[in-house]
Amino acid sequence: MKILVAVKRVIDYAVKIRVKPDKSGVETNNVKMSMNPFCEIALEEALRIRESGNASEVVIVSMGGAQCTDALRTGLAMGADRAIHVSTDQYLHPLSVSKLLKSLVAIENPGLLLLGKQAIDDDCNQTGQMVAGLLKWPQGTFASKVVLDKAKSTATVEREVDGGLETLCLDLPAVITSDLRLNQPRYATLPNIMKAKSKVIKKVTPEELNVEIKPDIEIVEVNEPPKRKSGVKVSSVDELIDKLKNEARVL
Amino acid sequence: ISTLVLAEHEGGLVKPSSMSSVAAARAISEENPISILLGGTGPTLQEAASHAASFHPSISQVLIADSEKLKHPLAEPWADLIHLVQGKGGYSHIIAASTSFGKNVMPRAAALLDVSPITDVTTISGPQLFVRPIYAGNALCTIRYAGSDPCMLTIRPTAFPLSSMTSGRVSDTAAISQVDLSTFSEESNGKSRWLNHTSQETECPDLGNARIIITGGRGLKNAENFKLIEKLAHKLGAAVGATRAAVDAGYCPNELQVGQTGKIVAPELYIAFGVSGAIQHLAGMKDSKTIVAVNKDEDAAIFQVADYGLVGDLFQVIPELLEKLPEKK
Repeated sequence: MKILVAVKRVIDYAVKIRVKPDKSGVETNNVKMSMNPFCEIALEEALRIRESGNASEVVIVSMGGAQCTDALRTGLAMGADRAIHVSTDQYLHPLSVSKLLKSLVAIENPGLLLLGKQAIDDDCNQTGQMVAGLLKWPQGTFASKVVLDKAKSTATVEREVDGGLETLCLDLPAVITSDLRLNQPRYATLPNIMKAKSKVIKKVTPEELNVEIKPDIEIVEVNEPPKRKSGVKVSSVDELIDKLKNEARVL
Repeated sequence: ISTLVLAEHEGGLVKPSSMSSVAAARAISEENPISILLGGTGPTLQEAASHAASFHPSISQVLIADSEKLKHPLAEPWADLIHLVQGKGGYSHIIAASTSFGKNVMPRAAALLDVSPITDVTTISGPQLFVRPIYAGNALCTIRYAGSDPCMLTIRPTAFPLSSMTSGRVSDTAAISQVDLSTFSEESNGKSRWLNHTSQETECPDLGNARIIITGGRGLKNAENFKLIEKLAHKLGAAVGATRAAVDAGYCPNELQVGQTGKIVAPELYIAFGVSGAIQHLAGMKDSKTIVAVNKDEDAAIFQVADYGLVGDLFQVIPELLEKLPEKK
């Protein structure tokens, strides 16, 4: 079985982002970029499934401009077998990404499609669910545990939901999206990083995948959130209780 | 304009988060007939339908999809149901709350309808104009929906409190009708099966609706100490929250996590103990009305959003609070 993993290059999670003065978006020039943490977890899970003998190949895909091949190099260094770059300069919303993934699935024919549950830039939390819908595949989102049964061709997925943990059994092929506690991704070792540099990344275009990208949402502007006015330090529990009772009136 | 609200129910009542979806629908337009869609089976479904029908005068009808397939919150049949109901009703908008159910189902349904959904809406500025947080709430993005009907939104319940709705007397309860499921799609049904759900039993109120939340972070050091948080919450009738670090370290279950990828809360009072204040955590609680932080590190980032900060050892502060705070009313 083959596993396809979608990965996205985003501003590193530790960077404090800055909104551009013209409100057109968030400054990405000279800002550290990384693979989206949830995508790293999805890829790690795919690698572990391959290492356990339940999959034969892990293929990663990223979409966007030339720079997203950085995320693919990282993925190859972590241990992915092959990489595909869907090359476009158009802004891709999750619906477009889902359609592109659906086309790739028709070509690659994976038994499992693994994604992060959300990207930490747009925080959309949509792509996995949408591609599952387009493919008519079952979905296991926000996964904190995945157990494959090769003989039955199923995946048992434990999901983090509002009221605790939910367990589903999905017939393969299926779409699974990773939550934070699914695993702890490995670091790429230096030799593997060097080796990944010479691996070929296959490039395809949306036209070749027969997907027309028609954005149906438009970003009007991006603003900084209102600042909370800074509070005060209190020196004792008594003072705190007094403030909460008499100033904030919340007790 | 007409809106379909995908509602969740429990114990015969529509969940408060789904009622916030009605408040959001009201924000789209005052002239907005609202249909509420409820699914499942059994007597609690009927009770929830009655509850929905008399909830607000803007609700024009309640649709019930009575099926065993909808008993569990599986995305596959639910997305098919939305697709089916939209085909009959032709709504301009479909709204659900950004709960784990809404987040799981709505994008799948949107893909079936070939439209882009909009996640986590916090402000509705017009029928096609919305604001949503991005980058863990460190930027606010204004979006214009330029696609075909329906415009599909998940909304943050904390941003659409029920108190924001002009209360109207419900003189006539809305009509309740059954969704005709004879053409219910079977395409992806049966490929996923619901096995079980586990949750930690607790007497504390739900994080989503609590007036006060007491949160513990890495500073609690272990699961045993975390019980101090629970004790204090119990005394105040508060809900218990946690940081990712506390959940990862096994001090408490995942459902308590507050943050970018956990729960988004906005209680009247939020008290954080031993919480450093990572941006991912702040994303989940910085809209709280009053924030209190107790941390022994005076440079902790949490103090930048706290209305009242106390630099000190939580192992001294919590027992003192337990002693001096009044019992809950």
